[in-house]
Amino acid sequence: MLSVSDPPAQHGAPAMQFPPSFTLPLRAGVGLKTQHFTELLSGEHEIGFLEIHAENYMVSGGAFHHYLGKLREQFPLSIHGVGLSIGGESPLDVAHLARLKALITRYEPQSFSEHLAWSSHGDTFFNDLLPLAYNAASLRRVADHIDQVQNALGRSILIENPSTYVALDASDIEEPTFIRELIATSGCGLLLDVNNIHVSCVNHGFDAAQYLRALPLHSVGEIHLAGFATTQTSDGVTLLIDSHGAPVAEVVWQLYADAISLCGPKPTLIERDNDVPALAVLLDETQRAEHFMQRAKPKTASVLS
Amino acid sequence: MTPSLTSRNAAAALALALGSIIAVSATTSVAQPAETEKCFGVSLKGKNDCAAGPGTTCAGTSKVDFQANAWRLVPKGTCEKTASPTSSTGFGQLKEFVAKKA
Amino acid sequence: MTFNATDFSRALLDPDCVVGGLRSHDGSDCQSRFSVYRNNVCVSLVDALADTFSVVQALVGDEFFRAMALVFVRAHPPKTRILAHYGDEFAAFIEGFEPASGLPYLADVARLEYARVQSYHATDATPLPQTELTTLLTNPDARVALDPSLYVITSNFAAFSLWAAHQGALDLHTVDTQQPESWVVYRVQFEVQTQQIPKASAAFLEALQHGETLLAAIGIAQNVDAAFALTETLALLVNQSLIVTPSL
Repeated sequence: MLSVSDPPAQHGAPAMQFPPSFTLPLRAGVGLKTQHFTELLSGEHEIGFLEIHAENYMVSGGAFHHYLGKLREQFPLSIHGVGLSIGGESPLDVAHLARLKALITRYEPQSFSEHLAWSSHGDTFFNDLLPLAYNAASLRRVADHIDQVQNALGRSILIENPSTYVALDASDIEEPTFIRELIATSGCGLLLDVNNIHVSCVNHGFDAAQYLRALPLHSVGEIHLAGFATTQTSDGVTLLIDSHGAPVAEVVWQLYADAISLCGPKPTLIERDNDVPALAVLLDETQRAEHFMQRAKPKTASVLS
Repeated sequence: MTPSLTSRNAAAALALALGSIIAVSATTSVAQPAETEKCFGVSLKGKNDCAAGPGTTCAGTSKVDFQANAWRLVPKGTCEKTASPTSSTGFGQLKEFVAKKA
Repeated sequence: MTFNATDFSRALLDPDCVVGGLRSHDGSDCQSRFSVYRNNVCVSLVDALADTFSVVQALVGDEFFRAMALVFVRAHPPKTRILAHYGDEFAAFIEGFEPASGLPYLADVARLEYARVQSYHATDATPLPQTELTTLLTNPDARVALDPSLYVITSNFAAFSLWAAHQGALDLHTVDTQQPESWVVYRVQFEVQTQQIPKASAAFLEALQHGETLLAAIGIAQNVDAAFALTETLALLVNQSLIVTPSL
C-alpha cells in the first residue's frame, strides 16, 4: 500500500472554528435502548452519559421523544448518527441534515458523531456502514462533507474509525493515515472505536498496536467499546463482525487500556445493539471501563477542562 | 335523520349527540369498548443501528432462495388456524411459494 | 474491474451481481468477504420489517415471511433513512405477491400494522379544550382537526379481528376472514389503540380528515349507512381527546 507523503492541499474556505464538542464527562456511558427507558428514569443508576442513534429519534412525536426528553434532564447525551453517509459519493442529503440539526437543537447533546462509511447511494438507503476507498479524491470529498455538516450544525463533530470486511483496490492510503489527514483537514475529532480497530486489524492482517499509534490520538473525543461475532470466508479464513451483540472481549479491553495509556481517559461508551441484556449487565461493563480510566493518567490539559 | 340533510337538522343532531356525550362523561368514567386493544410494546425499539448482524446468516446472499426449482415454501403460520370458506380444507389456504426459473 | 459504488450498491441487493475492485491481504475469497455486507443489508432490513409486521409474520410463519420480505427488500429498498417509516409499500406489495394470494386478508393486516407504528410515532398534538369543543361540535359548518395519530382503515376482510386474535383478544378459530371491517387506530398518551368501528363512522372520520365540514361529513356517512351512529362516533373523538387544536 502506498502512503500519502504530503498532506492534501487545503481546499475551499478554511474549516470554521467551532467550540470543542469534547464535553461529555470523563465517565463511561451506555447506548440508550427502549427496553431500559423506565429503569433509567428511576434515577438510581450511576451512568456517565447516554448515547442514541440519531435516526431513531427523527420521528414526529410519541413515546421516544417523551422518554428522551425526561432522560436528557438527568444525563449528558451523545448523539451518534448512522444515516448521513458522510463517506458516500452522493451529495449529502440536506433534508436529512436539517432533521439532524433540529434534533440537536432540541436535545443539545454534548457530542455528535458519525461514521467514516457510507450508507446510501443515489436515493437508496442500505442501513449498513459500507466501506469507502481511501485515496486523495475520497479524502477531499469526505473532508468537504464533514465541512458541510459542521457548518450546518455550527459545531465540530467526531468521526468514527470503521469496521471493514474487504479492502478496495481503489485505496492507496492506509486507513489510519487517511483518518489523520481527514481530521487535520476538516478539524473534526476522532471517535475511537477500539472494537473496530480489533475487528479491522484481524480482517486485514494489520497490527492493532501499530494501527492505534498511527491514529491522531490527540483528537479523540470519545471511545466506543463493543463485542464482535466471528464468521469464516468460503476458504476458511476467520472474519470478525462488528455485531454489538456480545460483551466486550478481553482482547478489546487490553487494547482499550493501551489506547487510554496513550491518549488519556476519554468518555467511553459500552455499545450493545443486539441481544441487549439487562441494564445491570451493561453497567458492570461501564464500571470496568471506569476502572481502566482511573488507572490511566490524563495526557493533556484539554481532557481535564 | 332524512336523506335531505340540512344545516339545521345537522345542528340539532350534533347538539343532541353532544348533550348525551357530555352527560355520560360527567357521570361515569367512560368504559373502553371491548374491541379496544392496548399495546404497550408497539415498535418499542429503535430500528436504526450501526451494528452488523452475525455473518452466519446467509439470507442476503443466498441465490437458491428464489431461483432454484427445488425450493418450495408455503405459509406455515397461524393462518392455518383461520376459518376460510374458500379453502378446500376449510382453513387458511396454503399456496406453495414456488420459485420461478431465473 | 475497479471499485465502483454503483456496482457495489447493486450487488448488495442482487446476489447474481459480482462486485469488482475488491481485495484481501491474504488472498482469501473477496466475494465471501463482500457477502458480510450483503447479508447485513438484507438481514437488517428484513428484521426491520419483521419488527413492524409481527402479525403478518405470525400468520405466514417465519420462513415464509422472511423469504417474502427479502423479495420486497430487493425490489423496494428504503428511500427513507428513518427505518420507523420503512415498509409503507409492503401492504401493496403483498397484495400483488402471488405466493400469498391464498391469504387475501394479509395485505390489510399489514396496513393495520404499519398504521400502528406510524400512529405510535405521530406528532404530539394538543387536545381542544372542553369549552371550545362544545362550540365547535355544535356548528355544522365547522371543520374539525383530528389527532395526527388517528388512522382510519377499511377492509373487505376481517383483518382487524385477525390482528386482535394475535393479541389474545379473540379466538382465531372464530374469525370469519371474509367479514368486511373498518377500524380506527389512535394514540392515547403513548399507547396505540385499535378499535373496530362501523363503516359509516370510518367514512365520517375520513371526511373530517380530508377537511370536510361536519355537515358534509355527516352527509357522506349517511350515504354509506342511513343509520350512521353520530353520537357514538363523536363520543369516541371526545372521550379519547382526538379533536385537537389545528396545526398552523
